[in-house]
Amino acid sequence: MHLPVGESLNALCAGLILICAFAIVGTRQVQGVRWFFILQSVLLAASCFLLAWDEHIVDLWWLGGITVTAKVILIPWVMKRTLAPELYIRRELSQTINIPSSLLLALLLAVGSELLVGPIASASGNPVIETNVPIGLACLLIGAYSLAARREAIPQLLGILAMENGAFLAGIAIAPTLPLIAELAIAVDVVLIAVIVGLLTRTIEKTMGTTEAAALSELREETVEWR
Amino acid sequence: MALIAIIALPVLAALLCWFGPFRKLAWHMTVFCQCVEFALAAFIASKVIADARVTGAAGWFEADGLSALTLVIVTFVCALAAIYAGGYMSHSSNGKLWRFYAMYNLLSFALVAVPSQSGPNLAWVAMELVTLFSVLLVGFENTAGALEAAWKFSVLTIMGAPIALFGFLLLFWAWHSAGHTERDTWDALQAVAPVMSPQLIRLSFLLVFVGFGAKTGFAPMHTWLPDAHSEAPTPVCAVLSGVKTSVPLYVILRFLGVVLASPEARIGEWMVVIGLISVAIGAFLLLQVHDYKRMFAYSTVEHMGIILTAAGLASRASDFGAVFQLLNHAITKSLCFYVAGIVLLAMGTREIKSVKGLLRISPFAGALLIFCALAIAGAPPFPIFLSEFAILSAGIQTGHGVAVAILAALIVVAFVGIMLQVNRMAFGRPDLTEVHVALPGTCRVAVLAAMVPVAVLGVYVPGPIHSLLMLAAQQLGGR
Repeated sequence: MHLPVGESLNALCAGLILICAFAIVGTRQVQGVRWFFILQSVLLAASCFLLAWDEHIVDLWWLGGITVTAKVILIPWVMKRTLAPELYIRRELSQTINIPSSLLLALLLAVGSELLVGPIASASGNPVIETNVPIGLACLLIGAYSLAARREAIPQLLGILAMENGAFLAGIAIAPTLPLIAELAIAVDVVLIAVIVGLLTRTIEKTMGTTEAAALSELREETVEWR
Repeated sequence: MALIAIIALPVLAALLCWFGPFRKLAWHMTVFCQCVEFALAAFIASKVIADARVTGAAGWFEADGLSALTLVIVTFVCALAAIYAGGYMSHSSNGKLWRFYAMYNLLSFALVAVPSQSGPNLAWVAMELVTLFSVLLVGFENTAGALEAAWKFSVLTIMGAPIALFGFLLLFWAWHSAGHTERDTWDALQAVAPVMSPQLIRLSFLLVFVGFGAKTGFAPMHTWLPDAHSEAPTPVCAVLSGVKTSVPLYVILRFLGVVLASPEARIGEWMVVIGLISVAIGAFLLLQVHDYKRMFAYSTVEHMGIILTAAGLASRASDFGAVFQLLNHAITKSLCFYVAGIVLLAMGTREIKSVKGLLRISPFAGALLIFCALAIAGAPPFPIFLSEFAILSAGIQTGHGVAVAILAALIVVAFVGIMLQVNRMAFGRPDLTEVHVALPGTCRVAVLAAMVPVAVLGVYVPGPIHSLLMLAAQQLGGR
């Protein structure tokens, strides 16, 4: 049973999630990126709860709960524990492409994903799917872009997690009946990704004194003359 | 039962390795566990040959031809690499070896968990665990180079995870829209594929292909592969290159079987093109490589491309060639890395130009190097020659003359590349007078055991293996 209010609220959440994806690309400091990621996860959970209430799907209550536990509480806490000095550093992040051009590219990605999956999604006739699938794909692609453009470890990790948020946003619309065990396992996996990449970052920082991924440039295929 | 045991056993072994009193016995327990794993996989394979299907828990853990073949490949390589690790890792700079073995067992758990799933969703989860545990093993030595390789590896391959997840969610949607509410399994998907929306299947396959293709090492997403394979400890390289690339490829091949069952999806030709690009990039990089562990890594890119090309040809004969190549590549490439490790121990350097006259310094290592180079380059009478020949002739039968001609030319380029480099290393006048480190006994045992199937399968394919390959080829969906 669809309530128009529920649908509009869901659309609002999805729109704000997309704005968070843009903000993650546009922010200059690590703290900012982290807060926008947390906000995005809160909105994702809100969207989950809305759908659960609106369409009476028990699984989605669980999924929303898992999202809050994993992405709003556990991962930021783990990051704070393992990476505190790097997180609170107040300096501009280095990136390969400057922020205005990055935002422009992110916009192109959003338009592109609407063009790509918009027709398939609207064929379903379900307004939630029509909103969530293109926005989810856009968040996925924008996250991938921020991963490629940022040159430091922590924003790259947050980029991966933001991509995951995009996939989940589409998932709650198109696969709400996915077995709960799979969703639980996926959430555990996401937390593990954060822990392991976080630990790796800390080891790199200890060994090399920086988490700037761009400084990692020892291994490359040199072009050597024919021997 | 065997299917449950094969997943549970490595977790148990990993816990024991972590547990204080047993830390000193970590290697012994790992070898025992991995050998039992191989026996279990062989048992599962024999049951599959008899009944075409083994069920661990209906709808959750099931094995058919392709998964049994993958299980056999994975456990075989993991068992020999564990034996090899005993002597090799005692030269490691990181003293906490029990940690290495605990992670090794966890990696092997994740590797066997992927093919024993009956459906795609939990296979995704297991695949992510594979990535995570291999990241830890690549960075195990804690040197600057190892950490850099681990970082590049983790960024590129973990980035694939959400992309593939999106793909699997779209697949579930397509399955759901076709009127099914139960769990999706690979078999059910293949049966329902003709009535699922072809656009959705195509889009979800594209996303899964990008996500898992990065883990397999298809060009242009292969850049992590040579870094990880040159920096990781050698036994890990053997597992990474031999089977860690084959397992995501197994998922792609499974999905390809579903896509090809949908008549309107038309994806085979694309797979041929993408496969050929990987073969080309791998082959030409082989010509200019200067580190012999990287050389074998590029050869992995080439072989993954060959398997994808064969699967894209989508005929019964080419599917047989693809699964045969999957088997041959895994056994031969792991042998190559064992040998590379032996050369590294003997010479103390990974640079090709610093290794000269290996045959004179260490005749054992030199002869092995020539043996494995001929085997991986695809010279007759080695098994890779047979499977490549099967793929080429299948291509001609299905009328893909141009693709076959390009593939044959690239295989020749790769052959020349590998033989040129190995020639420089094996012959000539040596700079050193004696070997750097004496060869540990367990390495000798492992490498000799790994040579057996490489030497045998090229001249004689035993009946059970042949029937297993035939069963596996059926799942690829060629007509």
